[in-house]
Amino acid sequence: MKTKALKAAFPYTIPIFAGFWFLALAYGILMNVNGFSFIYPMLMSMLIYGGSLEFIVVTMLMSPFAPLSALAVTLLVQSRHLFYGIAMLDRFRGMGWKKFYLIFGMCDETFSINYSADIPEGVDRGWFMFFVTLLNQLYWVSGATIGGLIGSFLKFNTKGLDFVMTAMFVTIFMNQWMKEKKKDTGLIGIGATAACLVLFGAKSFMVPAMVTILILLTIFRKPIEQSYQEAEIQ
Amino acid sequence: MSPMTIPQQIITIAICVLGTMLTRFLPFLVFSSKKPTPKYIVYLGKALPCAVFGMLVVYCLKNVSILSGTHGLPELLAIAVTAGLHLWKKNMLLSIAGGTIVYMLLVQLVF
Repeated sequence: MKTKALKAAFPYTIPIFAGFWFLALAYGILMNVNGFSFIYPMLMSMLIYGGSLEFIVVTMLMSPFAPLSALAVTLLVQSRHLFYGIAMLDRFRGMGWKKFYLIFGMCDETFSINYSADIPEGVDRGWFMFFVTLLNQLYWVSGATIGGLIGSFLKFNTKGLDFVMTAMFVTIFMNQWMKEKKKDTGLIGIGATAACLVLFGAKSFMVPAMVTILILLTIFRKPIEQSYQEAEIQ
Repeated sequence: MSPMTIPQQIITIAICVLGTMLTRFLPFLVFSSKKPTPKYIVYLGKALPCAVFGMLVVYCLKNVSILSGTHGLPELLAIAVTAGLHLWKKNMLLSIAGGTIVYMLLVQLVF
């Protein structure tokens, strides 16, 4: 049962391997260059396990001690996880001990795969999601640790490799978009976020974007819910 | 070097760990599996993902400047290649690899 789930999960994680290794190496190297032992990126990638925040923590650690602002920044940057949890409430039901790790390791990429993947029949859903989560985290932790160890010795032209994450989200978005009968929610997501990016700038657009998405989904609840009911009847 | 002492560093990292875990575990703690989840939250659970994936695409592109530099052209072209491949073959790995290779070639050789 486990091998079958691992075999089904692995192909989904290949793009994550490419993207995570690149980003995690860069993160480990950044810590190394700033004078931190590889223990730091290793433990932080294991325990925080959230790429964008880990990069911000490097800046935090290089600044004077400010625990309250560290907490505020963490909650702001990570607040999108609340959305993932709400979307996964049902799917993680009855997962037993695996549930704790599935929640602990739910980063953007892992959530996207676990939510959108068509898990083949006969493959255990719990183990499938468990292996997606575990493999992704292994890629991230190993990349960050190795980056922290070898640091600045590395020189190869990987410029542009980080686009692998963008490309992955584009395909996942398209898959979801084609599944939905009404395209409103996808348009709300792109439109609201793009508008807030223009209005608030790259540093502080995520929280207003999430609030706008919530407001729009609440305003248009009736027509959107109706389209779900129609889809269920058909 | 870091201006913080080791205990200060540990506290800072611990705060980031706990804050992150709070955002991941909170929905599961608030809406336990024993009580039925409120209808509004069930609705959000269905309606949010597609909006969130759209949000993540924009999030990845947040540092692209349309007004200066390459005007977002490499990103636009590479997304077009990714989307085109995906509409054509519907193979995620192929679409992602194709789009990324085109992007790397564009930023390394063309722009």
